[in-house]
Amino acid sequence: MSTTPTTPSGPTGTPGIAAHTPAGMPGRAPAAIPRSRLDWRPLALLPALALAALPLTGSPSTWLTLTVAGLAMGLIIFIIASGLTLVFGLMDVLNFGHGVFIALGAFVATSVMGAMGGWAGEGAAANLLAVFCAMAAAMSVAGAVGWAFERVVVRPVYGLHLKQILITMGGMIIGEELIKAIWGPGQTPLPLPALLRGAWVMGDAAIERYRVLAALIGLAVFAGLLWTLNRTKLGLLIRAGVQDREMVEALGYRIGRLFVGVFAAGSALAGLGGVMWGFYQQSVTPQMGAQVNVLIFIVIIIGGLGSTLGCFTGALLVGLLANYCGFLAPKLALFSNIGLMVAVLLWRPRGLYPVTSR
Amino acid sequence: MIDRLLSHDLPRSRWLAAALTLVLLALALAPWLFPGAKALGVAAKMLVFILLVASYDLLLGYTGIVSFAHTMFFGIGAYGVGIAATRLGEGAGALALGLGGALLLSLLLSVLIGLFSLRVKAIFFAMITLAVAAAFQTLASQLSDITGGEDGLSFRNPTWLSPSFEPFDGPVAGVVIDGKLICYGLLFVVVLLGFLALLRIVNSPFGRVLQAIRENDFRAEAIGFRTVTFRTLSNVLAALFATLAGALLALWLRYTGPETTLSFEIMLDTLLIVVIGGMGTMYGAVLGSVLFLLAQNYLQDLMRLGAGALGGVPVLGTLVSAERWLLWLGVLFVLSVYHFPSGVVGRLRAWAVRPGRP
Repeated sequence: MSTTPTTPSGPTGTPGIAAHTPAGMPGRAPAAIPRSRLDWRPLALLPALALAALPLTGSPSTWLTLTVAGLAMGLIIFIIASGLTLVFGLMDVLNFGHGVFIALGAFVATSVMGAMGGWAGEGAAANLLAVFCAMAAAMSVAGAVGWAFERVVVRPVYGLHLKQILITMGGMIIGEELIKAIWGPGQTPLPLPALLRGAWVMGDAAIERYRVLAALIGLAVFAGLLWTLNRTKLGLLIRAGVQDREMVEALGYRIGRLFVGVFAAGSALAGLGGVMWGFYQQSVTPQMGAQVNVLIFIVIIIGGLGSTLGCFTGALLVGLLANYCGFLAPKLALFSNIGLMVAVLLWRPRGLYPVTSR
Repeated sequence: MIDRLLSHDLPRSRWLAAALTLVLLALALAPWLFPGAKALGVAAKMLVFILLVASYDLLLGYTGIVSFAHTMFFGIGAYGVGIAATRLGEGAGALALGLGGALLLSLLLSVLIGLFSLRVKAIFFAMITLAVAAAFQTLASQLSDITGGEDGLSFRNPTWLSPSFEPFDGPVAGVVIDGKLICYGLLFVVVLLGFLALLRIVNSPFGRVLQAIRENDFRAEAIGFRTVTFRTLSNVLAALFATLAGALLALWLRYTGPETTLSFEIMLDTLLIVVIGGMGTMYGAVLGSVLFLLAQNYLQDLMRLGAGALGGVPVLGTLVSAERWLLWLGVLFVLSVYHFPSGVVGRLRAWAVRPGRP
């Protein structure tokens, strides 16, 4: 079972920063900047898994239902986990208190939906507006609390892993208790508005409406993240910070502001994910953060700590596998995540897309 | 004599020594000093937690490893005794067999987890153990044929440990000696021996290597110690002592269930106790456990009085209500990590060396 933490050598390794072209030969046109090649193999696992499940599930309609459900679940998990992996990648802080922001977002959503109770029954536009208001409120509250959390709790312990784990764990205990104090310790229902209940039936396959919305929002978040990280100045700075924090600082950028911004954004994403997860479960509890925490840790370990693409792939793998297993062997489904994690780590000890500087 | 017994690791503070003596006497004489089922139950739980927390301190405080799978080993011990007692009948042989089997399972699992994940960063180990512990808890509640599922197992102890057994005709010094008290005595002796053994381990040359790894693992490796081996050994030892503590708890309660032995709450409690009591000081486990369980069982009554006084104030009233005691403990935890990382014991010792203070 022993594995080495080093990246396997050869082309299977990191999606290359390795310069394939000799740089700066005199007297010749400057060689094109070596582009990083996309490592397609982990991504190919997704269709492979889906195809492998096709004969096992029996009928194509069941398969379609399960696949859509799995993708939607995976995308919700991705929204939650992306904040965590971003914060870890940039700041080397693993926030064990991430779960609190999930629960916080979900509880804010219950309040908003409660206040907008009349809207949930009326027309389609009002329904959607209520849901989006809940999401916006959850994101802003979670983001603001995340900003304060970074300032008060996390900032003094940058670079000290042991203390980070302890402190953020303590933050989670406090946050959970505060949520209990504000919203009560019990289970709070979070019903879907009328528009999003029920399913579309296509042939024999039933596709739940809410899952389609969840998948769309998840894809939008993924696209937004990729665009921000790869196409904007801000993203450039964040990626540079992931690679080498000190160098970015030396170039005159205030990395502290970047940190707190990314932390707040990550918390806001967790809040959004919390709302989606709450709607998905139709109820929220103060302990939901701690429960989801385990799942998202598995996802970011699978993906490679700090990698957004890895997080995306890992979340979809977990979502798909959980749904297929839940249908084929319900008892096994409870352990599918951990089995997947072990399998992935045996193949790539540092996750699907290891981040080079870690 | 005492110096040898304590492995030359004396309290080094008059107040600490006084507190430890007080705790030792109070726990030894608990049946006479605090008659009543609740008080004795709290005392027994203190004993179990002292051993559990001390073993966790070996891992967290002395080796600098954060593991979230410690309650898993605690649970293995409890379930080992529980399963053996329900399957093989109520003899001392069955108990011994159950404990032996549990120790063996803990040994295997801890070696496996250690070799698999202790090679890499602390954060990685923390996440892996979190996932493994969650999976184990699910496993225990799913295998209801063996473990009794969510309901757990109730079983009978050997006759000489059951409440109906009364070896003496009359009361001894005012208290009727029954099997329950003999069981308490057994707990006391085992915990005392286990604690002294742990004290011996951390003050041996082996323990010094663990502390070297905690301080600077790179340098420890450079001196010539195989850090993976030492970390794994530390993990194994901690797991075995936790298993023993779990077996004692099951013996005392005559019951084993997922809530009492495997839940994440117990893991958090253990973490809180270690940090508040003092990481890297075995005595912190004693003081921390005693204070924590006193708070858990009696502070709530006190807070109920406070809440009664502040009942009219809207927010403050909720925050000091008896159910929110964990909130204040969480705040204390975060403050401990920041301001006195060596906990209560560290504070007492620091006072002792300062001139002009007791």
